[in-house]
Amino acid sequence: MRGLSFSRGNRVIFDNIDMDIRQGQVTAIMGPSGTGKTTLLKLIGGQLKPYAGTVHVAGENVHQLSPTALYDLRRRTMGMLFQSGALLTDLSVFDNVAFPLREHTRLPESAIRHLVLLKLEVVGLRGARDLMPAELSGGMSRRVALARAIALDPEMILYDEPFTGQDPISKGVLVKLIHDMNHALGMTSVVVSHDVDEAASISDYIYVISGGKVVEHGTPMNIKHSGSDWVKQFMGGLADGPVPFHYSSQPMIDDLMASSNEGRK
Amino acid sequence: MFNWLQSIGHSTFDRFSRVGRGSLFLWQCLLSLTYVFTKPILLIRQLYSVGVQTLLIILVAGLFVGMVLALQAYIVLVDFGAEESISLMVSLSILRELGPVFTGLLFAGRAGSALTAEIGLMKSTEQLSGMEMMAVNPMKYIIAPRFLAGVISVPLLTAIFMAVAVLGGYFVAIEMLGQYEGVFWSQLQIKVDFYEDLMNGMIKSLVFGFVVVWIAVFEGYDCVPTSEGLGQATTRTVVHGSLAVLGLDFLLTALMFNV
Repeated sequence: MRGLSFSRGNRVIFDNIDMDIRQGQVTAIMGPSGTGKTTLLKLIGGQLKPYAGTVHVAGENVHQLSPTALYDLRRRTMGMLFQSGALLTDLSVFDNVAFPLREHTRLPESAIRHLVLLKLEVVGLRGARDLMPAELSGGMSRRVALARAIALDPEMILYDEPFTGQDPISKGVLVKLIHDMNHALGMTSVVVSHDVDEAASISDYIYVISGGKVVEHGTPMNIKHSGSDWVKQFMGGLADGPVPFHYSSQPMIDDLMASSNEGRK
Repeated sequence: MFNWLQSIGHSTFDRFSRVGRGSLFLWQCLLSLTYVFTKPILLIRQLYSVGVQTLLIILVAGLFVGMVLALQAYIVLVDFGAEESISLMVSLSILRELGPVFTGLLFAGRAGSALTAEIGLMKSTEQLSGMEMMAVNPMKYIIAPRFLAGVISVPLLTAIFMAVAVLGGYFVAIEMLGQYEGVFWSQLQIKVDFYEDLMNGMIKSLVFGFVVVWIAVFEGYDCVPTSEGLGQATTRTVVHGSLAVLGLDFLLTALMFNV
């Protein structure tokens, strides 16, 4: 990504940021809520257009491609795990995972069945193949969505908050799974996460973003020993520091006095 | 004053931009229709969901509309000794106007609102985005089959509405008012013209179906993905769809009968 700028209305989300997602590595993108981490994944996937800057995936400028070429690029190189799972609600777990295989391959149904069961086994939900999405918990939905995202063995997977809502066992399995897939299959992974410890434990490189800028980047070790107070507070989950917990507002006493003055009137 | 002018300008610009988005959406939808023929199962599912599931309301409404028309026709015609023309009044009203218009209105209320809600919910739960990232174009997979199913269903439902309404009129005229069956059918056979009455009604229904389904799928696809936005989009489908049916009916009638 080079010189990427994006805004919603008057609110600037990204202001001229540069990033390199290295092939075959796990890159984590971290930052406080509302900094546009999910937006960044949608920019990489070509679902949103920046008002300035470029995003190159597999040597192609994502936002210069025709719709057909963009769909082709996504089919060849990308998988995405959505924060909500984004499962198709009228299809069973099995059919959700089979969906990309049926759409993009000419495999016989028996081969598709084997592949789907293998993918579901990887995320521990082979036994849940006949359930409908409405019958799954949030964590299970995301695991099914992960099985669907890896169904076509893409070169790059974009993970949007993969660990949210997972119990400790599932979280541990997912961390190992992302790490193993990346290294065994040579995939490229981009993980957007709030779970600092889990994301840092598997990532090769970390970008920390805030206020539309990249505030720090480097290997997990570099980030851990960063001199920046901002990064120290975020990575350590500390209450005091330069990152405000409260949304910007007037002082509390002014708010309270204003309401009591209104009461007197 | 300045704010007032600004708000008028903003809302005018917003309306024009919606018309533009809607037109582009329709163009993309039409281009995507070829995909449906490669996967006919998508169309068959939607024909069931959009067409078959609207059938009951069409049957019931058609029956009662035909029966009421026959009663009203009798009340008016009996004073002139022309009660034998009940079948003519019922069938011409139904074939030329009420069949296509009622079906269009009922379709907008039942299937149109359901289409908008379904597509809007898919948008708000990121199912459409998910499809895009799986390199499956939702315009081809979701929108085009629903659009085509709606355009096919409305004329068929209209034909059924017309048939049932005439049968409702028959029931009232023959069973309740004691008219001769032969007179009922012969009047209809002699005076109703296949092209001028029946085909014009079917052309109207095709136009209504096209416009109502376009509004329904566009409103779902373009809705603000929140519960409030979804509710507003569903309401707009019913209101705009119904008004479009009534307005187009006037235009088409004027064109077809050279008024």
